[in-house]
Amino acid sequence: MLKIDDLHVAVDGKEILKGIDLHIGAGEVHAIMGPNGSGKSTLANVIAGRDGYEITAGSIRFHNNDLLEMNPEERAWAGVFLAFQYPVEIPGVNNVYLLKAGLNARRKAAGLSELDAIEFMQLVREKARLVELDDAFLSRGVNEGFSGGEKKRNEIFQMAVLEPTLAILDETDSGLDIDALRVVAKGVNALRSAERSIVMVTHYQRLLDYIEPDAVHVLADGRILKSGDKHLALELEKRGYDWVREEANV
Amino acid sequence: MSENTQVEDLVGKQYEAGFVTDIEQETLPPGLNEDVIRHISAKKDEPEWLLDWRLAAFEHWKTMSEPNWAHVKFSAIDYQAISYFSAPKSSEDGPKSLDEVDPKLLETYKKLGIPLHEQEMLAGVAVDAIFDSVSVATTFKGKLKDAGVIFCPISEAVRDYPELVRKYLGSVVPTTDNFYAALNSAVFTDGSFVFIPKGVRCPMELSTYFRINAANTGQFERTLIIAEEGSHVSYLEGCTAPQRDENQLHAAVVELVALDDAQIKYSTVQNWYPGDENGVGGIYNFVTKRGDCRGARSRISWTQVETGSAITWKYPSCILRGDDSVGEFYSVALTKMHQQADTGTKMVHLGKNTTSTIISKGIAAGFGQQSYRGLVHIGKNADGARNHTQCDSLLLGSNCGAHTFPYVEVKNPTATMEHEATTSKIGDDQLFYCRQRGISEEDAVNLIVNGFCKDVFNNLPMEFAVEANRLMEVSLEGAVG
Repeated sequence: MLKIDDLHVAVDGKEILKGIDLHIGAGEVHAIMGPNGSGKSTLANVIAGRDGYEITAGSIRFHNNDLLEMNPEERAWAGVFLAFQYPVEIPGVNNVYLLKAGLNARRKAAGLSELDAIEFMQLVREKARLVELDDAFLSRGVNEGFSGGEKKRNEIFQMAVLEPTLAILDETDSGLDIDALRVVAKGVNALRSAERSIVMVTHYQRLLDYIEPDAVHVLADGRILKSGDKHLALELEKRGYDWVREEANV
Repeated sequence: MSENTQVEDLVGKQYEAGFVTDIEQETLPPGLNEDVIRHISAKKDEPEWLLDWRLAAFEHWKTMSEPNWAHVKFSAIDYQAISYFSAPKSSEDGPKSLDEVDPKLLETYKKLGIPLHEQEMLAGVAVDAIFDSVSVATTFKGKLKDAGVIFCPISEAVRDYPELVRKYLGSVVPTTDNFYAALNSAVFTDGSFVFIPKGVRCPMELSTYFRINAANTGQFERTLIIAEEGSHVSYLEGCTAPQRDENQLHAAVVELVALDDAQIKYSTVQNWYPGDENGVGGIYNFVTKRGDCRGARSRISWTQVETGSAITWKYPSCILRGDDSVGEFYSVALTKMHQQADTGTKMVHLGKNTTSTIISKGIAAGFGQQSYRGLVHIGKNADGARNHTQCDSLLLGSNCGAHTFPYVEVKNPTATMEHEATTSKIGDDQLFYCRQRGISEEDAVNLIVNGFCKDVFNNLPMEFAVEANRLMEVSLEGAVG
């Protein structure tokens, strides 16, 4: 499904990712953990196609497409979704309108008919319940005046509506209180399916108590230094990251 | 292609309404003197008093010089190189109905998406279509007449309602008001006249589509709208122009008078030729628009969407003379390529408990220069006056500029003033967010810009709001990065 091989990425001439290999199968949930500045968000952004990163070597293939050749919207149409670490506010643009435009663009790209307003609103109401967003929230400007928790819930809500095949959650748990975390996790778990792969970028093991990963990777100094199952996350929680570095000899 | 070039591409979108209809024009040779004014006045069979009024304005104009305080740059205008009168030949016979209108003219309107027939039948909008200087098609007169509403070319009003015209013409914008208004007073050729009698709610939106068509012909429209006690009217003005190289001067004057409890809503969508991507050509739009809330509890509301013209110099204003009167100004102005706009409003509070609201949204792209210039004046007798001003600027790209010049004069200590201003760049973050959700870059720009303009568009009449959205989309096609 997603195959990242020997990916090297630089920002302003400085190498951030120094050869990432990561293969994720359909239906799998992978957690990427690591200290600050290790390149976790860079990886998430590069997969989604954000500008400002220089790919110096390597490849990202998704369903046998060369992802690096595609622009951000084409990646979205192919099923890539990024839940942003810092969702941006877009004043005056209706939250649901943005979503409808995105969903219909994707349907159009897939040769499907566009959803009309009534079908769309049914879908939206159903998905909003999943993350306990009330209707009033839907018609507000995109993230406009949302609290941190609301923004993160909005991301998961959008993911639920857009039904991606690859969802990348970039520190979706950061800044959430325990109740909000539970709601977000419930939403994510409801979206787990055999066709959908999920990559969770996180600092904390806490999220993994709620969303159980199939694999855990430690990203530090631009490389994946260690991979394991959920027990690795527990160990990291206890021992920190230094021992992984030492083990990997970096 | 870099993000930046993409932005430039979007911004550099060619003007879609650029074409010239070939209709024989009866045009005066270029130049301005008393004879020209006498010729215009005679052509229109005007009464003596109006000729004298024009000549007085001309005498005064000769003593004036162009205002130079606006934040715009352009080469000097040679007023003697402009032709001051042109009318389509067909107007000599005066078409009795749309069937008699020159098919080429109707074709022009169709290209602009203004099918008169459809408008008549579907939209219920009366159209006083101005093609160059003479109005050639006026519709729905009957229905308006039943309501007692007068809506006609101002030249017709001079003939049929001379006492009304004489009473109100120049009573809001005096002939000596400013350089362009004085010029307009001397040489105006046509425009609209609207009179809503006491207590009447105008049964439909009144709409005029302006169009400039003859090369080198300055356009000097004159519009006068009078709303008597307790009456209501909504007036729509929209325009596009054909593409050409020479600069064209447009110096219109619009006067609104609202008596006690009357309401006038004046909406404009302006899309005149902005010049090419090198800044060559385009319309100079130097307009004086002013409303007089003469009566108590009267209300005048200006809403404008300005996307065209090479240079815009325009400050639709309200004189809040009547107690408890209300003035509103909602504006979206877009400057791209080498367009320059210096626009805003004046709210002059004279009466007690008068209220004004200013919402200005400026969007600059390409090499566009955008200035908001506003004056809020609270007179010494204007107890309890209130103003709320919000002016926001949005920059697309890094070669454009946005400037804000707010002036406030408060001579009464009971006034309440609020002012908010923001300048933002359309963010890469916002664009990426939209694109990540599957929205193409171009659609994302439209989405963000329309969101930015929402507070203003909400104040447009329904059919105009749709048009405004479409206009922004066309104007921004291909615009950010």
